[in-house]
Amino acid sequence: MTEFTPVAGLVGGALICAAAVMLLALNGRIAGISGIVRGVIAPAEAGDVAWRICLVVGLAVAPIVVGLAGGEVTVPDLPGGVLWMVVAGLVVGVGTTLGGGCTSGHGVCGMARLSVRSIAATMTFMATGIVTVFVIRHLLGWG
Amino acid sequence: MWRAISGLVAGLVFGLGLVISGMSNPAKVLNFLDLAGAWDPSLAFVMGGALVVTFVGYRLVQRSSAPLLDTTFHIPAKAAIDLRLLVGSGLFGIGWGIGGYCPGPALASSTLGDWSTWAFLVSMLVGMLLARQLFSLFESGAAKATH
Repeated sequence: MTEFTPVAGLVGGALICAAAVMLLALNGRIAGISGIVRGVIAPAEAGDVAWRICLVVGLAVAPIVVGLAGGEVTVPDLPGGVLWMVVAGLVVGVGTTLGGGCTSGHGVCGMARLSVRSIAATMTFMATGIVTVFVIRHLLGWG
Repeated sequence: MWRAISGLVAGLVFGLGLVISGMSNPAKVLNFLDLAGAWDPSLAFVMGGALVVTFVGYRLVQRSSAPLLDTTFHIPAKAAIDLRLLVGSGLFGIGWGIGGYCPGPALASSTLGDWSTWAFLVSMLVGMLLARQLFSLFESGAAKATH
């Protein structure tokens, strides 16, 4: 059970948007996290890695900054142990590479560009995500 | 140099958004996807809010001919929906539903000291490299077949 937090949601959404608009205005890049990470581990062009690593570092230090500012940081509540998360990570890695994006690149940035590909991708991963949770929680009764 | 600094700030602001909205917590994401359970619609406010304002922001930004720190905008040019997009996105949704993490939140939770988050991240990187290798094999195979 998690509490419904619409205001925190909107504030967080506004920050994500600010980051996305800023990255396009300054670097001319789409804020798709899976694509940014892919460009680190498999660079497509030389000299295109530093900003990606910096962006990942920025993401990683965010909870530390929130904590230092006296904000509340929720410790992640994971649905399973190491093996469970290894399976999830593997499927997410393969899926985002084939599909060319994730929740940020397709779901926020691509939809904001009204990209037909991103709208199709978002509808697809929302649907399979909902079905997967239904199967795991309600048909199999796990978690 | 400036591009890297801008990347760092964008990542930090993005991460703050994920942490403040609670989306860095898999339980909250899974409860959003769980329509038949204790449904938590918060994620719709995060994505919806971000989407609407980004829609306006992107349009304003693209009025200029180039970004401030680069010579050109790097916007995906592909327009057609293909099988690869749908299969990949479908798989991504399955992994998202299993772990409750997508790439951004997993990175934004990596400093909170949970080994399982790291297990997810390492496995995700392996999956990315694996998919890339498999797909390039498949593509070169397909190219040979047509010649």
